[in-house]
Amino acid sequence: MTLQAFAPIGVLIIIALIIGVIILMISRVFGPHNPSFRKNAPYESGMKPIGPGTRRMPVKFYLVAVLFIIFDVEVIFFMPWAVAMRDLGVYGLIVMGVFTLILVVGFIYEWKKGALEWE
Amino acid sequence: MDCTGLCEVLTQGGTDPGLAQFLSILLGVLLVVTVPLITVIFLIWIERKIAARIQDRLGPNRVGPFGLLQTFADLIKLLAKEDITPASADRLLYNAAPLLSLAAVALIWAVVPYTPYHVGADLDIGALYFVAVASLGTLAIMIAGWASNNKYALLGAFRVVALLVSYEIPLVFALLVPVMLAGSMSMVDIIHAQSGMWFIFMAPLAGVLFFISSQAETGRAPFDLIEAESELVAGFNIEYSGMKFGMFFAAEFLHVFTNGVLITILFLGGWYFPGWQMPLIAFMWLGLKAFIPYFISLWIRNTVPRLRIDQVMKFNWFFLVPLSIVNVLILAFLVMVLKEIGWVPVDETGAMALAQAGFIELLPMTIVLFISNVLICVPIVNRLRRMGVEQRAAREQLRTQRAMAAGD
Repeated sequence: MTLQAFAPIGVLIIIALIIGVIILMISRVFGPHNPSFRKNAPYESGMKPIGPGTRRMPVKFYLVAVLFIIFDVEVIFFMPWAVAMRDLGVYGLIVMGVFTLILVVGFIYEWKKGALEWE
Repeated sequence: MDCTGLCEVLTQGGTDPGLAQFLSILLGVLLVVTVPLITVIFLIWIERKIAARIQDRLGPNRVGPFGLLQTFADLIKLLAKEDITPASADRLLYNAAPLLSLAAVALIWAVVPYTPYHVGADLDIGALYFVAVASLGTLAIMIAGWASNNKYALLGAFRVVALLVSYEIPLVFALLVPVMLAGSMSMVDIIHAQSGMWFIFMAPLAGVLFFISSQAETGRAPFDLIEAESELVAGFNIEYSGMKFGMFFAAEFLHVFTNGVLITILFLGGWYFPGWQMPLIAFMWLGLKAFIPYFISLWIRNTVPRLRIDQVMKFNWFFLVPLSIVNVLILAFLVMVLKEIGWVPVDETGAMALAQAGFIELLPMTIVLFISNVLICVPIVNRLRRMGVEQRAAREQLRTQRAMAAGD
């Protein structure tokens, strides 16, 4: 398979974006447009917004993102193995077993360390 | 790329080969885009109708027969609404997010094979492409939450990072199972491998895991805490009005059905149906089968309450992730053992080949794999039940203690 097989996807991205832009343009044209200070203020249950809208985030979310990256990279290693499993046979299974063992050791460490707890 | 169909006709008619190829790609892509965009209009009606029936209401029934034209009325209303950009929002990102959200879902349809001969792009990394493109939707929601410069929207975006990103891991692990059984990442090959037996019978656990994580990926109840109407008002799309909101809305509704279609391709045998092999009917079968997971998804959405974020994260990391890893490894091991015994159909090179095998040849393999899946599930379900009973007992005890304390 060559890069040409991706040509339809390139065209699809462009067309999907063009359709989206057209829809937004239509609503620009047909909708009313009279902004006011109050209307453009960020929504906060009808009160005057207190402080900036973007604030510091709990570190928990950052931790989850890091864990995700570790796991996602490892999952991607499974992909080629899954395709070639029928050719690799027992050898492939043992290698993947060792790989998973390392993954699971890390996972248990995270678990015991409390990185996965949300309190 | 080979030049067939429309491209061939145009080239014979004297058109420049490059132009002919471009035109045929353009036409194919337009078809691929049109199907989901037309489908979504009816999906919104179907979803509202089903939700209404579950909640003992009538649902849309005023505009047109059975309220079928309600979505068009809503579309016109949304188009005529004022397009507001909050004063402190990041203008570029704020406007790009709804576009990206809709484009991400439309892009998944590029690898969806409608019939054996009609597929936008039959990539040999189709499954990997799906994983890559599906996470674009997450990105769009994050951008929307960040760029709105609103506290509720930002909280929604944080939850998206935590939730969607976590549930992608069991999703990909479950996706590995059909890839492993078919020995290919191409969606067309995966469907062909199911001509004798659907993968849902060989790997029901993977199917269920895929369904649960895709339910979370679309942010539907019980995982709807990205939107959480009652606490975050609307979450990430709180500042969006008019058609920009409409695009998020359409993308979400379409994503649910797209997941139904993907479950059909990966586990329910795509366009295959016992006794039917005609290409035109194939498209119908794919659509009809996709409605099974779609309906179950709506059913769950309208039946169960929302979970707290700690419960959702616990459910994923302590339950879905370990289970999905174990599932993949046990299945790989069993397939290997079955191949040694000779219960797995093989081609002349000795490799596993499910595509050529019939129903009867696949039956022993399917039975063994099905039983192994059940055996994995039984202790887990038992343990879950015990945990539930213990928690309920602890809660009951606490309540009695409190009642006694209040009585004194």
